Amino acid sequence: MKIIRILSTLDRRIIFLLVGLGILIPLLKPLGIPENITPPVRDVYQFIDTLPPGSAILLSVDYDASVLPEVHPMFLSILRHAMLRKVKVIGIALNPAGVGLGVQAFDRISKEFGKKYGEDYVYLGFKPNMAATMLGLGEEIHKVFPTDYYGIPLDSLPMMKEIHSYRDIALVISFSGANIPALWVSYAYSRYGQKVAAGVTAVMAADYYPFLQTGQFIGMLGGMKGAAEYEDLVNRLLQKKGYRKPMPFAIKGMDSITVVHLLIILFIILGNLGYFLQKKEVK
Amino acid sequence: MLQRKIPLFIVFLMGFLMTVQFYIPHPVSQTLYKYVLDWMNGVASMAIVLAVGSLIMHHWRRLKKPEFALYSAVTLVSLFFMAILGFFFGIREGSLFQKMFENVQIPLQATMFSLLAFYMASAAYRAFRARNLEATLLLLSAFILMIGIIPLGYYIHPRISDFALWILNVPNLAAKRGIMIGVGLGMMATSLKIILGIERNWLGG
Amino acid sequence: MGVALILFLLSQVSPTFNLRAVDTPNDAGGSITLTWEIPEGLEHIDRLEIYRSESPEGPFEKIKTYLSPVTRFEDMGLKNGKDYFYKVVITSGGETIESEIAGPVISRPQWFHKGRVTILFGVLIYTLILLYFILSAKKGKELYLRPIAGLKALDEAIGRATEMGKPILYVPGLSTISDVATIASINILSHVTRKIAEYETKIIVPNRNPVVYTVTREVVKEAFTSAGRPDLFDPDSVFYVTDSQFGYAAAVSGIMIREKTATNLFLGMFWAESLILAETGASTGAIQIAGTDAVTQLPFFITACDYTLIGEELYAASAYLSKEPVLRATLKGQDAMKFLLGLLLILGSAFGLFGITWFQKLF
Repeated sequence: MKIIRILSTLDRRIIFLLVGLGILIPLLKPLGIPENITPPVRDVYQFIDTLPPGSAILLSVDYDASVLPEVHPMFLSILRHAMLRKVKVIGIALNPAGVGLGVQAFDRISKEFGKKYGEDYVYLGFKPNMAATMLGLGEEIHKVFPTDYYGIPLDSLPMMKEIHSYRDIALVISFSGANIPALWVSYAYSRYGQKVAAGVTAVMAADYYPFLQTGQFIGMLGGMKGAAEYEDLVNRLLQKKGYRKPMPFAIKGMDSITVVHLLIILFIILGNLGYFLQKKEVK
Repeated sequence: MLQRKIPLFIVFLMGFLMTVQFYIPHPVSQTLYKYVLDWMNGVASMAIVLAVGSLIMHHWRRLKKPEFALYSAVTLVSLFFMAILGFFFGIREGSLFQKMFENVQIPLQATMFSLLAFYMASAAYRAFRARNLEATLLLLSAFILMIGIIPLGYYIHPRISDFALWILNVPNLAAKRGIMIGVGLGMMATSLKIILGIERNWLGG
Repeated sequence: MGVALILFLLSQVSPTFNLRAVDTPNDAGGSITLTWEIPEGLEHIDRLEIYRSESPEGPFEKIKTYLSPVTRFEDMGLKNGKDYFYKVVITSGGETIESEIAGPVISRPQWFHKGRVTILFGVLIYTLILLYFILSAKKGKELYLRPIAGLKALDEAIGRATEMGKPILYVPGLSTISDVATIASINILSHVTRKIAEYETKIIVPNRNPVVYTVTREVVKEAFTSAGRPDLFDPDSVFYVTDSQFGYAAAVSGIMIREKTATNLFLGMFWAESLILAETGASTGAIQIAGTDAVTQLPFFITACDYTLIGEELYAASAYLSKEPVLRATLKGQDAMKFLLGLLLILGSAFGLFGITWFQKLF
């Protein structure tokens, strides 16, 4: 009884310490809990997996460093998957603080697969005024982005000769920690019928489930969990194709989340035990 | 008295114009809208000057109070240091300003954001009590969601994660929509009260 | 072989595109929308081109090329009031198939957005309901209001801060002045300040948005004046902090700890920082009243604060606190409209269940 009473009146600093350890230890020593794949993630994976080689997708860097741990692994995994499947990738950034993250990701993944800039992928960089950009892409990409991020005219990039608007893009994926994916639905999906998917933080995912129900998103990666599932799917594919498995960043993160969830559940149970004990004593 | 009447009249006029503008796609109305947006940008820019002025004055006065002096000194030094860096050495990629932003500002923001994980644990521990039927139901759905959303839930029983998603998509969404309808009506009523001049508290009472 | 046969057949029978060109509805002009069908039997297309001319005889200028079987195109940047003619040309396996010419069609700007009739109708009905209740309140009709615990506790919270000789923290949310939640919060700030003027307590209002800062400052100053205590206004009590969301959360947390505020009021729009603010406040032992229409943040406030105004209660607060019958009457109007909407939702769902769709199409 005394132990329960002590455990149900823990100082918050002890809770903070336990949560800290719960996050840190699995990061250093992964538990390797296998991922179960949820339908919204599987839908995105299968869409890209079944695209004919040579199709194009557009990845929009709509996040910045503050949500990097959750969203960046999604971006890397989807980019890996597309490049592995010989799907052409166009990168843009609608968040000015995310431009550098896009450059970093494209540089890294293109090297892994020996892809050529301008033929297999392009990076167009940042454009202010999101709504105007999204609408403009439906008309003529070359007008919205006359040059790419590096200042090369779009007309001189071989890959962009055949790509002019949403009609030539199979899927747009918006990676974000805010409401930008909803704007893609309003402007690209509603107006041009463009297929849209999203990679969002766990906090935002709850807001986006209705978009999945209505079919406005073909699929969605939500939070670290979504990132880990996609990472797992891509890692399996890489292994099958004889590539070296990359660092399982999100999968490791998911181990931490699993431990913290279990810790919180334990805390709640302890708190309630103490509460009932107290109630009994009062009676 | 005139001091009250002029703002009330401006609010009424602009509120009415902007409501009507919403229903008119004609270029005349689009131009009006753009004009208003430009004005808003102008007003906001002036407000930034006033706001930064207030920040500097607030902390300047606090420098004289020993219990707050250190914090205010840090604020003022950082403010002027970053401003000088930006104004005189540029903010392009690779500049010291950008480096400070990426290596000081971003990690600090991420640290504050990550505090959430700790606070969630302590708040749940302190406040989640099965006091009555509703609270118990809330507690149970929280358990199912927290277990269902991690891979472990799936391995305990494959239906747990489906059930967790169902909780999110059905009861959660229904409640959310209910609140949103109320919020929408509240917003409209507030706007209308202000446009008609019934609500004047935003003028200070 | 199959393709050749189809092409032969197509060249014999004039293919039907059903090309239609209309002035794009509900727009600012300068745009014409084309729709057409891909002729039957055509399985594969190499190229689809759209041509435009100012006379039916031509010359036709190519304005767009697609590599997929598209069936809709919006031609923008046109001159209003001028005749335009269009045709669509499909290339398939070396053969070209031309559509009939559509036109003349003229683009015009519209004075009314027909797609927004339902909204207009809804707004008018709601306005009439509100006006009805306002007028009946003016005639002196008494209205009952359900007590809201968070607002009832406001007086007590201010009183406690006074007794303890500690300041009251008022956070007007983190959003801009365009957010109605911020305006609702500013209305409450005015009431709170007048109450504070009675008790002679100190108030602290840190701001995240520069425009909101200028407004809250004026409101606090005016409220002290209208309460007859302009001398109590401390220019240092309302200030701007930072535009950074988590920078603001850090600053306000610091204020709660250093100033040991006895009462914290978080009213307005909040995002992920809500729990950081509310938990810090809870750890200092302050009385906390929160109110927001940000549905995702409500659970955090409910957990960490003593009282929480949920969604529309935030908007109702000013009317509730003012005790002015006219303001309170609008709350009755809101309830009536909510009842009407509930009825429409039930009807819509019932019709939907029986496969009747005309009712839903009305919206």
